[in-house]
Amino acid sequence: MISQVFILSSKGDYLIYKDFRGEAGKDSISVFYEMVTALSGDQPPVVMVTFRTHKDLHFIHVKQGGLYWVASTKVNPSPFTIIEFLNRLAALTKDYCGSLSEKSVRMNFALIYELLDEMVDYGYIQTTSTDILKNFIQTEAVSSKPFSLFDLSNVGLFGAETQQSKVAPSAAATRPIMSGRGEQGGKNEIFVDVIERLSVVIGSNGMLMKADIEGEIRVKCYLPSCSEMRIGLNEEFSIGKSQLRGYGAAVHVDECSFHQAVKLDEFDSFRILKVCPSQGEQTVMQYQLCDNLPCAPPFRLFPTLERDYGNRLLIYLKLRCDLPPKSSALNVSITVPVPKGSLSLSQELSSPDQSAELQPKNKAILWEIPRFPGGAQLSALFKVEVPGLSSASLLEVGPVSMSFELPKYTCTGLQIRFLRLTPTQPGLSQRWVRYVTHSDSYTIRI
Amino acid sequence: MPYFGSDETVKELKRALSNPNVQSDRLRYRNYVLRVIRSMTQGLDVSSLFMDMVKASATVDIVQKKLVYLYMCNYASHKPDLALLAINTLRKDCADPNPMIRGLALRNMCNFRMPGITEYIQQPILTGLRDKASYVRRVAVLGCAKMHGLQPGTEIDASVVNELYALLRDPDPVVMVNCLRALEEILKDEGGVVINKPIAHHLLNRLKDVDSWAQCEVLTFLLRYHPRSDNELFDILSLLDDFLHSSHAHVTAATLRLFLQLAAALPAVQADAVLRVRGPLLATCGAQSRELRFAGLCHVQQILRSQPEQYGAHYKRFFCGYSEPSYIKFRKMEILVELVNDENVALVLEELRSYCTDVSPELAQAAITAIGRIGRTYSEPCLDILTGLLALKQEHITSAVVQTFRDLVWLCPQNVPAVCHALDGSEETIQDSEGKQALLWLLGVHGAEISSAPYVLEIYIDGLKAELSPTVKLELLTATVRLFLSRPAETQDMLGRLLHYCIAEESNMCVRDRALLYYRLLQCGVQETKKVLAGPKSDPSMAVLTGRLQEPIGQWASIFNTLEPLCGAESWQVTASGPESDILAQRTEGDAIPVHRTEEDVLAGTAEEGLSGVSHTDEELMLSAGPHLSHEAFERLWLELGVSHCEALGFPRPHSAPETLQAALQLVKIQTLAFSRGETLPWKAYVYTHSCGTLILAELLQKDSEDSEGSLVVSVKQQSEREQAVQGFLTVLRRALHSLSMEN
Repeated sequence: MISQVFILSSKGDYLIYKDFRGEAGKDSISVFYEMVTALSGDQPPVVMVTFRTHKDLHFIHVKQGGLYWVASTKVNPSPFTIIEFLNRLAALTKDYCGSLSEKSVRMNFALIYELLDEMVDYGYIQTTSTDILKNFIQTEAVSSKPFSLFDLSNVGLFGAETQQSKVAPSAAATRPIMSGRGEQGGKNEIFVDVIERLSVVIGSNGMLMKADIEGEIRVKCYLPSCSEMRIGLNEEFSIGKSQLRGYGAAVHVDECSFHQAVKLDEFDSFRILKVCPSQGEQTVMQYQLCDNLPCAPPFRLFPTLERDYGNRLLIYLKLRCDLPPKSSALNVSITVPVPKGSLSLSQELSSPDQSAELQPKNKAILWEIPRFPGGAQLSALFKVEVPGLSSASLLEVGPVSMSFELPKYTCTGLQIRFLRLTPTQPGLSQRWVRYVTHSDSYTIRI
Repeated sequence: MPYFGSDETVKELKRALSNPNVQSDRLRYRNYVLRVIRSMTQGLDVSSLFMDMVKASATVDIVQKKLVYLYMCNYASHKPDLALLAINTLRKDCADPNPMIRGLALRNMCNFRMPGITEYIQQPILTGLRDKASYVRRVAVLGCAKMHGLQPGTEIDASVVNELYALLRDPDPVVMVNCLRALEEILKDEGGVVINKPIAHHLLNRLKDVDSWAQCEVLTFLLRYHPRSDNELFDILSLLDDFLHSSHAHVTAATLRLFLQLAAALPAVQADAVLRVRGPLLATCGAQSRELRFAGLCHVQQILRSQPEQYGAHYKRFFCGYSEPSYIKFRKMEILVELVNDENVALVLEELRSYCTDVSPELAQAAITAIGRIGRTYSEPCLDILTGLLALKQEHITSAVVQTFRDLVWLCPQNVPAVCHALDGSEETIQDSEGKQALLWLLGVHGAEISSAPYVLEIYIDGLKAELSPTVKLELLTATVRLFLSRPAETQDMLGRLLHYCIAEESNMCVRDRALLYYRLLQCGVQETKKVLAGPKSDPSMAVLTGRLQEPIGQWASIFNTLEPLCGAESWQVTASGPESDILAQRTEGDAIPVHRTEEDVLAGTAEEGLSGVSHTDEELMLSAGPHLSHEAFERLWLELGVSHCEALGFPRPHSAPETLQAALQLVKIQTLAFSRGETLPWKAYVYTHSCGTLILAELLQKDSEDSEGSLVVSVKQQSEREQAVQGFLTVLRRALHSLSMEN
């Protein structure tokens, strides 16, 4: 039972406010904002208030697109439900407005009010399905023109490097696509994305300590009507430990789950998913693979540490990319923690498009490689000036963490064999299949 | 939010809205309405435009209609008289041929929160309940609840309730769920909607048709249904089975909660259900949404309370990701501590070790504390890591390590030598007061084993003038007096200086009073001082042994899938019982740190109270493991000596595993020689210890549990009679056994 829903900008501006039950006053917004900003560090998504005026009012919030999506409630609901609902609200907003940002929410506030009105009545969730909602939503989205100065999201205020922008996985697979209702409407497109997130820990001896893959097949559909889509996966696709299929290189996952609308009658024999996609974005299938990477981990690091002339630390890094030669990694950034008090850095890098800098605030070296072809090996030498360097300080170097993006590549080897729409859409429809692997967390110990 | 120039904005909007040119141009009209809503959201008071907005509601433009309704709902309670003007338009819309318009009008009319509206909405709601379109019925059903909410305390209309119960059979699933919700609110005073057998079965059969949100809600309503027979119960459980593996985390969680509730009497079924949601729950812990991940982790923590071994093999799932926010990292570390076992301990420690040098000091300290927690079970590898961290000579790391040492030594006294050895030189690095306090405590209590203790204390005493924190000064006083008791020659001079400074120059009253107390205590003599200050050196309740207990699932089943696991029990209680209990909660929180409590206990009361309070503890200190006694020697002595003391302890023997018993007694320096296995009666155990230069032998005997309520009888024999030693021994033994019994 939701009492209020509101959306705040990161600066605390009210973007959307809807009170469903009239239990709490409007000042709860400012109470919430004060609490969120008062707490240091990252704030867990559930905040409580016990002011006399707001006795037992609970706020639950998620942060998406730089905005706070907040629900307040007087009862003790399921946290999963509320969090999933807020995520769904954000996803629907993204579907309807094209992108998720303060600007797009500001421009489309009438539409979001309309959505909320249909989604929730008297604090009870009524429906969140795009198929049902599209019959009721009348307001047209105002599409905010994508800002074209290349990608500004990677540059912080006044060009400063922000940790967030470096770490955030690149947005290539989730790039906002023009809304089907906008002026570019009528373009019948359907995108099927296979997105994998890789989290890897490699021990100091080069052993693979942990390798998990979380993957999903996401469909973004702009077709106004589509009766059925058949997605064919690799025939050798197997689930669970025991089940093995075919003779070829099997594609194996530990667990997988499907969207409830997916029909699986042909899945067992032919590995075909049948789904009637509704407009907008939805995750058709999710899968996980733990501790059993079918391919070599994409990067290997060979570090050498040395003390030189008392106060100088030499870090020699050799990085090898074990992807097949046709693939390559993009936006590779490597963070090497260095001892506290490191003063200056001089580096020798192997090509001019790479960059490296010392970030004293994070006591780390950030080494960036815009493009890293498969099979290649790059090396870098960092000389760090550390006053009072002791042999114990070497312990502070590491673990190295990397973030990168592997386009057109899946670590599990999952492929989409075909994509068929029935009945066949008249010529205009375009079908896209995209693959991408992100680094969720890629850590190499030294 | 204050908004400058708001008057002008409102005036301008009013002018525009009443301009006939604007009214005739649909797009311009709508744009002005939009601007009104925008100002409303930003916090501007636009209630004076109500009249104009009512006019704007009479339009064919649905978008504009929706916007105006939004406005009206917001201000209806401020302007009830004007809102009545809008009712007519709304009632007309309720009869519109388009079901969407009907539903819209009905919903918004019910949302007007003002007195006296009920007489206008009652008829449309009742009509709406029988509408052809399910969309209108959904709205009408919730409308009943809204109507009831507007006039609390009035009589419940039985015909409406009956109609709602009948609508539970509505073909539209949302109407069905809305009926449950509405009935729940209307019948709140009578305990909510009644879930009897036909309704429960109907709901279970419809569960597949409704969407995930409604599934959750139905599952929650079913919590109050109790199946009549085991057959029915198992039918329900097998029906629910599929939902345990739902791809929606909220459905999985709601199903598990219902499962646990239904199978409350069948622990095996419960455990099996918990095992089967492990996959989905682990997937939630790796979900892309961080908030969902956090919720998943918090619920895994609940499950770990009962079944830590289930997740032991999946420890790698809880390794922290590089880019995760710190609140997730903290939770993951707590989970890692819980699920550590013999197989994964090495790798978990290696992982935690890599967090200790994190940029964020809070995270590094949390990692160090986590290693200390693991150290209670796996001392050696943890001490190696912690000692290695001291070499980094970084303020926050050294401070955290020393605090961890203090807690570890308090709980596991067998680590004292290793810790004392490692402390050397850490005083140079510690800057914060918590770290200093921990170091001083260690120096005071275990000063006898740290060779450099007097020199370190001297450094602190010399730098006393620059010290700002009164708590550090208090700790320094206690530590110095304690060290004086164990190493008088080296400490006497500096103790004199310290007391003189604190009494003569110190401005903080607490510090001065404490110094005076010690000064007068020392005047009473060294023995008296010893009695007050020599508290136990390790946790007398032996919490380590009782710490890792597996709770039954029922302990947390009732809070599963609620907000409580996400906030932690303490803060939840604070919230639940209002602000008055804040102080109380802080109190108990303080109690959680054992080291401080004993200090406070001793020093809280007057000196006399302190004396009586701790008089038995110094005997305990005199127990020592001494030389090992062979079975033959024990037997010979036992036969030679006569019983010097025999006493019934007043409680039965602890039913813990023999190994636990042995370890517990070992901890208090009582050696176990032999004991009967298992549940055999009479149960016997033979133990021995050294105290006051004499050897004490004892037999613990439990005869039939029937007659004497199973009290344990201790017979003590001694080599040379010393009454004091026997009393000391009995006190220690009683406390050790008692804490073990509590555990069961």
